[in-house]
Amino acid sequence: MNYVRDVGALARKDLLLELRARDTLPAMLLFVAAVFVVFHFTLPGTPSRLETSGLLWVAILFTALLGLGRAFVPEREQRTLDGLVLAPCDRSAIWLAKSLATLAFLAAAEVVALPLYGLFFHRVGGATVAAVALADLGICGVGTFLGAMAVVTRARDLILPLLFLPLAIPIVVGAVGASVVDSPGRYLGFLALYDLLFAVICWASFEYVVAE
Amino acid sequence: MLLRVLVARRLGKRYGEKRALRGIDLELPRGGFLVVTGPNGSGKTTLLRICAGLAQPTDGTIERAAARSQVGYLGHEPLVYRELTALENLDLYGRLYRVPERRERIGMLLERFGLWDARHERVASYSRGMTQRLALCRVLLHDPELLVLDEPYSALDEAGAELLDDQLAELCGERTFLLSTHDSARVERLASGRLALAA
Repeated sequence: MNYVRDVGALARKDLLLELRARDTLPAMLLFVAAVFVVFHFTLPGTPSRLETSGLLWVAILFTALLGLGRAFVPEREQRTLDGLVLAPCDRSAIWLAKSLATLAFLAAAEVVALPLYGLFFHRVGGATVAAVALADLGICGVGTFLGAMAVVTRARDLILPLLFLPLAIPIVVGAVGASVVDSPGRYLGFLALYDLLFAVICWASFEYVVAE
Repeated sequence: MLLRVLVARRLGKRYGEKRALRGIDLELPRGGFLVVTGPNGSGKTTLLRICAGLAQPTDGTIERAAARSQVGYLGHEPLVYRELTALENLDLYGRLYRVPERRERIGMLLERFGLWDARHERVASYSRGMTQRLALCRVLLHDPELLVLDEPYSALDEAGAELLDDQLAELCGERTFLLSTHDSARVERLASGRLALAA
């Protein structure tokens, strides 16, 4: 129960910080909208569902990267990670809370992105929405974990995409598959398995990421 | 070890090729007040970070009788969020440290350190001295057994420094202190031991 309270307090702090600073969510919204507008005018003729499905996932992945890159910025700039690390709570609560806050920002961006995608390209089906939900969990969990690793390095802006994109390939495979096939169950199951596996890995090893 | 909160033997720390700390021995009994002095670059901050549990030594051993929840650490940074108010910052730490009667304790500390009237203002609007006072509130919030204070007087004006003097005097003997300072005369009367680090 204490763990849940710690996660709640930390996630609330992250949401409050974004509400005050407003430097992550507006950037994500603008970016994802701009990507769809640009592709709408640059793609020739009427692109197929398969082609635009890939575009949707590229847009989601890079929008998420914007949010993930900023996830630990307050902790880096104000050196508050020391304060959180010293607190007697389980350190994985820091990862889980950050992941949930990033998930909230990404979900908010997708509330705009999916209707825009439907407007410019093809209608978004239930399977795609389910794939988005499952993919978001994996993106935010893994991305937040890697963001914590990258934030202490000098080349953090380079390191995060370099670490994250290879690990996101299975997400893209599962998500695009679920978006374009008639029976997406296998792909959704694959995404759920990815989420579960990486959630356990990140949860168990975050302690060592924030230790000196 | 029962009566000792901290015991360090031949403690050392390297950052790559650079040696930040070498061969430090210290024993800090419960209720002790150890003042660490030394010129810039002598390793005071490194030593205090190791003692607080924020860094690991590369040489030697350290035994800490105080659990993580019983350590209060004040570093060069206040460890508070600039976009949150004083109340929100202390509430966050109060929850994480499971401080009983959190609101009353926060109110009492803010009153004592003269921040009550500014409790709803964002820390970004605070002066450096006010931020340092808030950092002291954060350190004292969970009533820690071991207080590790790295140059706590920095940025404080005379009134703030006197408030800190009073707080240290009140807790001296009941709590264990490891404090680094360039102004050792200020805590002379409280100190039970001194450790002078060489550059």
